[in-house]
This record gives sequence, structure tokens and C-alpha cells, in this order.
Amino acid sequence: MPLMNMLEAIRAGISTAMEADDKVMVLGQDVGKLGGIFRATDGLLARFGQKRVVDMPLAESVIVGSALGLAISGLKPIVEIQFMGFTLQAFHQIVQQVARMRYRSRGRFTASVVIRAPFGGGGKTPELHSDAIEAQFTQAHGLKVVAPSNPHDAKGMLLRAINDTDPVLFCEPLRGYRLVKSEVPSEPVEVDITRANVVRKGKDVTLIAWSAAVHLALQAADVLSAGGIEATVVDVRSLLPLDAETLVTATQQTGRCVVVHEASMTGGFGAEIAATVGKGAFYELQAPIERVTAPDAPYPLSAAELMFIPNVERVVHAVRQTLVV
Amino acid sequence: MKGRSVIPQFAHVAEPVSPLSLLQPNGELARDAVPPMPDDQVLQALRLMMLSRAFDRKGVSYQRQGRFGTFSSVHGQEASVVGSAFAIDPARDWIVPSYRELPALLRQGLALETFILYFKGHPAGGCIPRDARLLPIQISLAAQLPQAVGLAWGLQLQKIDAVVLTYFGDGASSEGDFHEACNLAGVVKAPLIFFLQNNGWAISTPRERQSAARTFAERAPGYGFDGMLVDGNDLFAVYAATKTAVDRARAGLGPTLIESLTYRLGAHNTSDDPTRYVKPEALTAWKTLNPILRVQRYLTVRGLWNERTESDWENEVSDEVDRAFAAAFVVPPPAPDDLFQHTYAELTQRQLQQLSGTNSQLAQPKRA
Repeated sequence: MPLMNMLEAIRAGISTAMEADDKVMVLGQDVGKLGGIFRATDGLLARFGQKRVVDMPLAESVIVGSALGLAISGLKPIVEIQFMGFTLQAFHQIVQQVARMRYRSRGRFTASVVIRAPFGGGGKTPELHSDAIEAQFTQAHGLKVVAPSNPHDAKGMLLRAINDTDPVLFCEPLRGYRLVKSEVPSEPVEVDITRANVVRKGKDVTLIAWSAAVHLALQAADVLSAGGIEATVVDVRSLLPLDAETLVTATQQTGRCVVVHEASMTGGFGAEIAATVGKGAFYELQAPIERVTAPDAPYPLSAAELMFIPNVERVVHAVRQTLVV
Repeated sequence: MKGRSVIPQFAHVAEPVSPLSLLQPNGELARDAVPPMPDDQVLQALRLMMLSRAFDRKGVSYQRQGRFGTFSSVHGQEASVVGSAFAIDPARDWIVPSYRELPALLRQGLALETFILYFKGHPAGGCIPRDARLLPIQISLAAQLPQAVGLAWGLQLQKIDAVVLTYFGDGASSEGDFHEACNLAGVVKAPLIFFLQNNGWAISTPRERQSAARTFAERAPGYGFDGMLVDGNDLFAVYAATKTAVDRARAGLGPTLIESLTYRLGAHNTSDDPTRYVKPEALTAWKTLNPILRVQRYLTVRGLWNERTESDWENEVSDEVDRAFAAAFVVPPPAPDDLFQHTYAELTQRQLQQLSGTNSQLAQPKRA
């Protein structure tokens, strides 16, 4: 199996889908000749032509809204929004229109739309780019919100998302685009986007994370292991729907739980997970569930971002808090 | 300072512009005008306009009795809605509506009973027949416009011979989605008709507060396509303008923006009180421009309409509306699974738990 980074895996997933089905198309800002600002669509214009790889006007709402119309016409659009911070310009179309088309039409129309957007910090981007606002979409029932952490899952989950008749917000780890590498099958293998994945097994504590934060949890697990503490790490993969069963079982087995995410604490998805796990694993829990998150403040300008984003030390510290009880 | 004076190349124009007009309020054709529709089609259109008027009358009455929900009547705008809808072919073309276009939805294949259920607040009101080329009623202003562009563009990309007609109002044209949709439609040359019903009011906000532009139609050239201004109470003018736009869209010439100048004779909806802001003189003036009456006058001269036909048709459309309300009133109330159905292809685990009643989030409806 070839070794790929996230971007290569995403590109491979899109190409595979476009080869298999000529109804699949890509639309977004700068996705054509430039290949996307991160190059996720590099080379696709040359291979599939300008009717299937479309540079759009700089207007997120109509990019998403027209994708819904394209889907109703019978096509399968994959939308690229350059940064998740910019999805707010299309928030209405995503939450009230795309997510609800099946529901509002009593099943007459489906919105087979994939919306890809990178999120999270560490990229030293200008202001307003790096917000981790994935939780804000988890009340858009009708939408699926998924966040792969590694290239293998990125390709497999993207293929599954494209073939899903429900709309999928595909949250990509901005920081992990080129950093994270893994072996990715060449064949078009799909990964179940509704199930969480236990990526490391340990007996003492359960770390729950998604996207780039999974790697933070794995690094913290290494540090803890050196000190004799063995951590289970669960990659949530799908926020909506949430695979509560896997999260609860993994916590029952250790009795301790730490949730790690890049969004700020209040109203972050860690609260949903803590409530779910807190109830499901109530009798096994030996300590309060800890959350390692960004502070309750706007995402800062880039020189301050390393103070803002959770790091390994903070995860290790939170684990130790659960162990002193 | 000397030298060349600096003058804006695109100065706005203030002189009034006349809307296209073919059928005069007295029922006579304008000079040199040719009827754009054959008589049998005029009669079909009249029937639909009368049905719409009868529905509005009864709908308001039922709403006042607490048997029907809040809805927005078409009253006064019947020619605008029906004339435009008649210019497309329901067997291949699509309508992407707003919420004030009942007769267009009926022509496209929606059942009147379904429309009633929707405004009664029943989930079954969202049902659209499989063969009806119609998107759901859109409540959020202008949100349908980006979708209409995508639909038209997608049909074009797949070489499907179809155009899309989308409705919105003067108020909705102030939304960003209107701008974004027009802009993209121009770029991709979508086979689309933007049909703007300028009825003078966005709830209580008058047209002058929406835009300083002389007309809404003249915004179209800024997006690289044509605009048309039409007397919205003139069935023939609306039909002819829309037909022209449809023909252009079919020929690959892209979108058109049509501004239909009409007037909302009723309230914004049944919760509104227009006596707080509409001057009675304005209502009186527009009532003389009754879009239904002028078609009836036209047909009278042609020997196709008289007091007898009028009273027969009034009774027939009234019965049709009564039957639809009666059918809607006996539909059982929504059940708990209506809350979840059609949210996803398959319900999530958590939804299934909530539906099974083991979760405290779901209130069971009180049965009478």
C-alpha cells in the first residue's frame, strides 16, 4: 500500500470517485488550475475538465446553495470551502437548507452533497481562518459531521461520504494535511463514517479525540506510557451521528476519561461527549471526566496560537488529574 | 483644476421606465398588441386565478376560526403568478418557489390539500408528488435562489432540456443570496428565470426602503444578463415576458430577471395588520387594476364569458376549495415518528432511542 499524507489521500479519494461516476463534480474557490489553496484538487481539472472541476465565484453561500440544486438535478457535488471559518458565510444554506432538504420534502429530494473544509490551528493563518467550529454543525440534524484523523480514513471516509445520500460536512485537519502519513489502499475501500475507532488500547485511562487532536492524544499516550500509565485512545471520526457505544465501552474499561478538542470549552463537542459517557459509564467512572480544549476566547492571531491550541503537556496534566482521585 | 472632467461612466438613470403592458384594465388589448395565449389557455389561466382568489378568501376565514394556520395570500397578484407559471412546461420545466405562489404550485402538480396541510403545520404538507417538478416552499427569503441556479445549471450540464422558474419578492432582493445567485447564474449561463414579484411591500417595509434603484429589473445587466419590467396585473404581459425569457433560456442564452409590478391587496400574512401602514387610497387605486376582472372583460368581448359562466365558475372553484379543506381537516394529527422521518436515509441510534420513548427529550402528544 502506498504511503500518503492527508492531502494525497483526499485527492486520491476524489479521483477514485470521479473515475467511478461521471456525476461526481468538484466545486469551490481556486480548485481548478491552482488545484485548491492546499492542492487537494491538484491535477483534477486536467483529468476531468472544467465542467466537473469548477472554479466558483467568491461566495460561500451560493457555492453551497447551488451544490444543493446540482444534487437535486442528479449530480454529486463535492464542495471545497477553503477554511472552516468561512463556512459561516454559508451557515444558513448548510444548516437549514442542505441538511433539511430530505426532511422538508418528506424524502422526495436528497442532498447528496459533501462539503470539505479544513479546520483547527497551527497553520499560522491570518485571523478568522482557523476556528474549530465543528460542534456548531452538530445540531443540524440531517447533516453528518465527520472528521478523519489519518490518510487511510480520509480516503475511505471521503468515498463513503460521496456515496452517501445524506449530506456530509467533511472536516479536515489543517495542521495534519502534510504532517500525518499512513498507508492508504489503492483500491476504492470505504470506511464506515458512523463508527468511532479505538486506535490504542490501555487499561488506565481513555482519551477521546478527533481529527488532529487524535495525534495529540497518541503523543500524550506515549509520554504517559513511559511513566507507567497506559491509555486507550478513541478516534471519534463521526460527531454526528455519534457512536456513543464505542465511547462508553472504552471508558467503562478504564474508569477514567479525558476528551481533547481544538474548539474552546463552553459549548464544545466535549461537553456532549462528557454527558454521554458520564451517563453511560456512570458506575465505572472513578474520576470526573476532564476536558482539554482551547480557552473560551476567540481564535487568536498566529503569534499567540501555540498558547491557545491544546498540547501534549496539557493532555498529560489532565490525565494525571483523573488519576489523583 | 483643468483637463478632462471626471464623469461616472455608469450613472444611474432616474427617468421612469414603462412596464410591458398588453391587456388594459378595461379588458381591451393595448395598441398593436396581439394576444399571446389562445382562448382555451386564457380560460385555464382564469380558472386558476379564480381558484386562488377563492382559496385566499376561505383560507383567511378558516384562519380566523382557528382551523387553519398562518399563511400568505396571493390576493391581487394572481396574474403575476399564473401568467408566469403558464409560460413553462410542467412536463419538463421546474419551479423553485417562495411562499406566495399557490396557483403556480397547483399547475406544477401539487395537490391543494397538501398545500393546506403545510400551512396547517402538518408534516405531510411537505409531500411533493414524484412527477411534480417543484422544490419545497421556501420560507427563508432568497434562500431558494442559489438552489435554483444550481438546479438549472445541473440540468444544463446533463443536457436535459428544461428551464427553471424561481419566485421571490422585492424584499428578498435585498438579501445577499439574491446577489450571489444572480452573479453565479450569469457566470454559468444557467437556464433560469428570476421572477421578482414587486408587490410594494415586505411586511410593512415599502419598496422604496429596499432599494434606491429605479427598478429591480435594471440590476440584471450588472450581472451580465437581461432584465424585463412588466405590468404584473396583466396576464398577457406577464405570460409574454416570461415566455420570451423561457425561450432564451432554452436557446442557451442564459438567465433573465423579470420584475413583475403588482400589489399585495391583502396582508403580508394572516398575522399582519396592514391598516397600520397601507394608505386606503393606494388599495383603492390598485383594486381598479384587478388582474382577474380584466381577463373576464377580455373574454366577455370575445363572447366567452357572461354572468352565468361567472357564477358557475365561482361555485365550482368554491366547491373545489371546500373539498380540499375538508380532506385536509380529516388527516390524523402528526405522530412522534413524524419528528424523525426523512431526517436521514436511516435514523441514527440516538434518534431511535429517543423515538422509543426511553429518552426524556420526547414529549408524547396529548390525544383528544
